[in-house]
Amino acid sequence: MSISRRKFLHGLAAAGLTTVLPSTARAASQGEELATLLDLSKCIGCGACVEACKETNAHKFPRPKKPFPRMYPSRVKVFDWSDKQDVDDRLTPYNWLYIQTANVTWQGKEYEINIPRRCLHCQNPPCANLCPWGAASKQANGIVRINDKICLGGAKCKNVCPWHIPERQTGVGLYLKLLPSFAGNGVMYKCDRCFDRVAKGLIPACIEACPENVQTIGPRDEIVARAHELAKKTGGYIYGEKENGGTNTIYVSPVPFDILDQAIEKGPGRPHLSPVPNSMAREENLAMAVLAAPVAGLAAALLTGVSKVSQEKQGDKDE
Amino acid sequence: MSKQSKAIWSKNLFNLLVFALLFTGLAQMPIFKRYYLADIPGFAWTSDFYLNHILHYILATILLFWIFFRLGKFLRQGQRGIKTISPFGWAKIFIWAGIIITGILRVLKNQPNIFFSPETTMFIDWTHPGLVIILGLAALLGKFLRQGYFKG
Ligand code: SF4
Ligand code: SF4
Ligand code: SF4
Repeated sequence: MSISRRKFLHGLAAAGLTTVLPSTARAASQGEELATLLDLSKCIGCGACVEACKETNAHKFPRPKKPFPRMYPSRVKVFDWSDKQDVDDRLTPYNWLYIQTANVTWQGKEYEINIPRRCLHCQNPPCANLCPWGAASKQANGIVRINDKICLGGAKCKNVCPWHIPERQTGVGLYLKLLPSFAGNGVMYKCDRCFDRVAKGLIPACIEACPENVQTIGPRDEIVARAHELAKKTGGYIYGEKENGGTNTIYVSPVPFDILDQAIEKGPGRPHLSPVPNSMAREENLAMAVLAAPVAGLAAALLTGVSKVSQEKQGDKDE
Repeated sequence: MSKQSKAIWSKNLFNLLVFALLFTGLAQMPIFKRYYLADIPGFAWTSDFYLNHILHYILATILLFWIFFRLGKFLRQGQRGIKTISPFGWAKIFIWAGIIITGILRVLKNQPNIFFSPETTMFIDWTHPGLVIILGLAALLGKFLRQGYFKG
């Protein structure tokens, strides 16, 4: 793509295009969280975003070496998508975005709602918090990324993600250099919100490619405000603002999400749309106890010391 | 209870606590399912990441209270106590301090409003278990050389 056609965060914002909010470039450079708004009433399900994602991120896709090392115990399964790279109706290591479709009737009207699905980039992401290896983490701009140089493919991130988003490819990554037969099983892949493009001030490929301007990117507070405005104006519903304690992907739909959730195809690589409580809530509450424990321990030692001294003094007096 | 049996009990409980922390810490790696532990009836919970994560928090709270309670009592002795610590003891104390600090940093990192860069996160994630391994080796070496925390 020629430079003149590449859309820059600030250039677009200045041009007043709806896909980028004016304050995005400033927010991004200040390390503020960016979020995306997806107006589902606009999506025609053309798949241009899916194609753009594949094309733009192809250089990050796995290039596994075959044959794969034998893995023990034998029940450890190989996850190989390298011969199915064209699959685009679910999430795979080679397809980080796909379109879910729901045909529904709501308040007497028929709707076809198309829902671009990918990682939601949670604000307090359990995939990153529970990664034991430091491979998954969140960037200051709200992007949650899995480092393909570090990930061992144990799939814990997928297990703890409420939508089971990350997808595994066997035969790539660091585990090959460690104990490939006994630990690890490849690398986990998912949408990285085009971190490299965003770092250069460009917008994510899927946003840029969309002919209907379904997505808008901007500082999170402004995106949330805009989502509420849109929902209010159209009588729409919101998903992603509060899910899992808050995400940086906010969907607005003319049809309630529980109805969409019933109508979409779900299963491996095809995430649901049901309500999700904050996965990290218990840890967030327990943190205070962990942090207070050292102070409490010291205080208790001092107090028992004081009471002992005073008991001894009392003893002296009694004698 | 006599002072001696109290000390033995306290030591055993402490070891149990450390073992439980090791176990729930190890359970953070996706290995208990792979290696059949979670298949043993009654052990399915060992592959529940969230459960083990929370148990690790709770056990860490108890351990921290314990360690700092002992530390407070020890510090009440003033200079006199500190002078009795052996060089080997100091080494172990520093390793423990590293484990505690990285653990606390990890808890902070898991809070919604606290942000650490991906590099810092990785450093913490590797240092915490790394120091645990070093502490284990130091403990073994201590047993072998009959070295404790204190001189003499
Ligand atoms: S949606 Fe899943 S993979 Fe994406 S940030 Fe949230 S927990 Fe992680
Ligand atoms: S943000 Fe980038 S990586 Fe994520 S779905 Fe869009 S194009 Fe793909
Ligand atoms: S490019 Fe836009 S309209 Fe087409 S499927 Fe993607 S989001 Fe929907």
